[in-house]
Amino acid sequence: MLSRTADHLYWMARYTERAENVARMLDVNFRMSLLPQTPEQIEQGWGAVLGVNGLQEAYKERHGSVTPEKVVRYMVFDRDNPSSIYSCLYASRENIRAVRGSVTSEMWEMQNATWLEFRALDPEKVLGSDIGEMFEWVRHRSHLSRGVTVGTMLQDEDFRFIRLGSFLERADNTARILDVKYQAIELGAKEGDAASEYYQWSALLRSVSGFAAYRKVYRDLITPRRVAELLVLRADMPRSLARSMKEVYTNLCLVANSQSGETQRRAGELHSSLRFGRIEDIFDVGLHDYLTAFLGKTDDLGNRIARDFLVPVLAD
Amino acid sequence: MAGNFFNEMVDSDGMVRPHYRGFADWLRDTPSERVARKRAEADTLFHRVGITFAVYGEQEGTERLIPFDIVPRILPATEWKALSAGLRQRVKTLNLFLHDIYHDQEILKAERIPAEHVLKNAQYRPEMQGLDVPNGIYAHIAGVDIVRAGQGEFYVLEDNLRVPSGVSYMLEDRKMMMRLFPELFARYSVAPVEHYPDMLLDSLRTVSPKGVAEPVVVVLTPGAYNSAYFEHAFLAQQMGVELVEGQDLFVKADVVYMRTTQGPRRVDVIYRRIDDDFLDPLVFRKDSKLGVPGLLSAYRSGNVTLCNAIGTGVADDKSIYPYVPEMVRFYLGEEPLLNNVPTYMLRKPDDLKYALAHLAELVVKEVHGSGGYGMLIGPAASKAQIEEFRKRIIDAPEKYIAQPTLALSACPTFVESGVAPRHIDLRPFVLSGREINMVPGGLTRVALGDGSLVVNSSQGGGTKDTWVLEN
Repeated sequence: MLSRTADHLYWMARYTERAENVARMLDVNFRMSLLPQTPEQIEQGWGAVLGVNGLQEAYKERHGSVTPEKVVRYMVFDRDNPSSIYSCLYASRENIRAVRGSVTSEMWEMQNATWLEFRALDPEKVLGSDIGEMFEWVRHRSHLSRGVTVGTMLQDEDFRFIRLGSFLERADNTARILDVKYQAIELGAKEGDAASEYYQWSALLRSVSGFAAYRKVYRDLITPRRVAELLVLRADMPRSLARSMKEVYTNLCLVANSQSGETQRRAGELHSSLRFGRIEDIFDVGLHDYLTAFLGKTDDLGNRIARDFLVPVLAD
Repeated sequence: MAGNFFNEMVDSDGMVRPHYRGFADWLRDTPSERVARKRAEADTLFHRVGITFAVYGEQEGTERLIPFDIVPRILPATEWKALSAGLRQRVKTLNLFLHDIYHDQEILKAERIPAEHVLKNAQYRPEMQGLDVPNGIYAHIAGVDIVRAGQGEFYVLEDNLRVPSGVSYMLEDRKMMMRLFPELFARYSVAPVEHYPDMLLDSLRTVSPKGVAEPVVVVLTPGAYNSAYFEHAFLAQQMGVELVEGQDLFVKADVVYMRTTQGPRRVDVIYRRIDDDFLDPLVFRKDSKLGVPGLLSAYRSGNVTLCNAIGTGVADDKSIYPYVPEMVRFYLGEEPLLNNVPTYMLRKPDDLKYALAHLAELVVKEVHGSGGYGMLIGPAASKAQIEEFRKRIIDAPEKYIAQPTLALSACPTFVESGVAPRHIDLRPFVLSGREINMVPGGLTRVALGDGSLVVNSSQGGGTKDTWVLEN
């Protein structure tokens, strides 16, 4: 397949996944804000949303203080914010539009409809009423995007690059959500509010559709260590790092070319370390340091995939 | 001009023509709410499918729908049979003409066409002189614009031999009609058109460079912001070939390759939807970012086929158009089956004199214009417009031709006030490879304004499904 086509499909998938994860983060915060919270906790929670996406500085410069309403507006509708849902859905649609001949018509129609519906929203109306419905809508559109991809596409190279993009983005996003939220909760825990801590953990789990999974797997109280284990090491947990890296590695092997050997090796190494890793060892290093190193590795994989396949350095 | 025209549906006594009776009955028996709902549904579907086109001169990224009308344009089998025979003859002739002027120029030597009209034409490409192309075919895809006037006779208005577009609308219109009104297709036996992409691919394969067993075909597009991008993507997908941009291709040792995730892959046939000027910055426009450096050299070496060939514009130019009937006689020794519209060439003093005296009755077109831009429709123009055009003609008469204003045939069409006749044309797509092929019908365009004769989508024209009946 054309390198440019692979590039567009890969980024289409990454942006779709990113839009979903932004919506998940915002949704959790929104739900948390319905619980009794101190002003500091509220600010901390919404600040964390910006933190996950590395946007604190950019946000502060433009909007100053952190208020729920301003952060939601910034993360949903601001077209100058590259991580806003607006920007992600736009980029996703522009990427698929550029290669609409390579995807099934159902895929294109679905992505195009997502963009048209989103663009037709009136921000004031959405922000003024039940914003939760909007987050649910974004998640549903992402489910639909995945479903129509798996359900209609030939499982060829095109399909593999879409999967590669989805899972690399998901690995990155889950690691970031876990990192920022974990730090925040630990910080709050020092103040010794057990009930609040429980809600914070359950909210984090819900944001990755992991609450019911946690109950099923552990059948026990929520503890930080188990939450981390579920989201990092459990290969049967669809949004975990282990699962995401397994998919990245598998799909990478299926598209391998003559110069991608080292990239495969690194992906395989990372996948194995998750597959055979123990949560005790991770906590010995410290979860934050572990996740920082992990994000460095996924970033490296992203650059290597671009060089090996997407940006045609192999041609002339 | 609007009063006296051929009505496709109703004869001069006000009786519905036999081939339209089934439709007229259906329309009468179908509740108007249902029709209205279906029309709205068509709009939503076209938007969702993204069957849009970009409009030049408007903000970048502006996407508009081409209005779709649900009243089909119906042609009885006998009419199509005559029309298609005429199209074959005409396209065959035009390809022979192109081969001739880029080789021995017999028609110029015989003085059937003044040599300077060809050799000094901006569309004549000296780079093509003496070059042999596979099967001697230059215009692999031709979109011949046909209108019906007078008592219903067909005329060729224009031969589009460069990069004619619109075939995707023909296919999508059919798909839409079948989705909205399946019951109509039960009443009528409509000749299918859905196999066009297969026919196109087949045609493109037959003109691949010699010795290539499994030719790799690609569609070359200027990119997602081109007005016809939807069509480029659509055709590539339907044919199952790669849709490439200039940046995806490169030339090495006179061979064209595309950049793939598995390394370079050789390309044999390029169905290009980019104008000659932009194909190769080393030879044509230096500032072109759309083309592929070295492409012409690869082409001239016979390592790749371009469809259509370079330099076909000289055969569909409005200054050459008046000579097409003469070409038919010269190359085939036959009488032309399709009428040309009588044309005054304003570089001729007599024609100029006549035209200037009759501007209010004539249509004046720029020789090199297209898309309905830069033309005067005398009967519809104001005095001031006519006088302004008169000045332009006197300044440079060689830039213009004039034709009588044809009373284009009209077909019932949904408009705000209900169903009313609107003027239409027809663009059949004629494919030339080893042989000449076409799917029955083509794209019917309709001028939506009352009395308007301009069907171009860039000027607010719409489209209709075109039915050729089988019997």
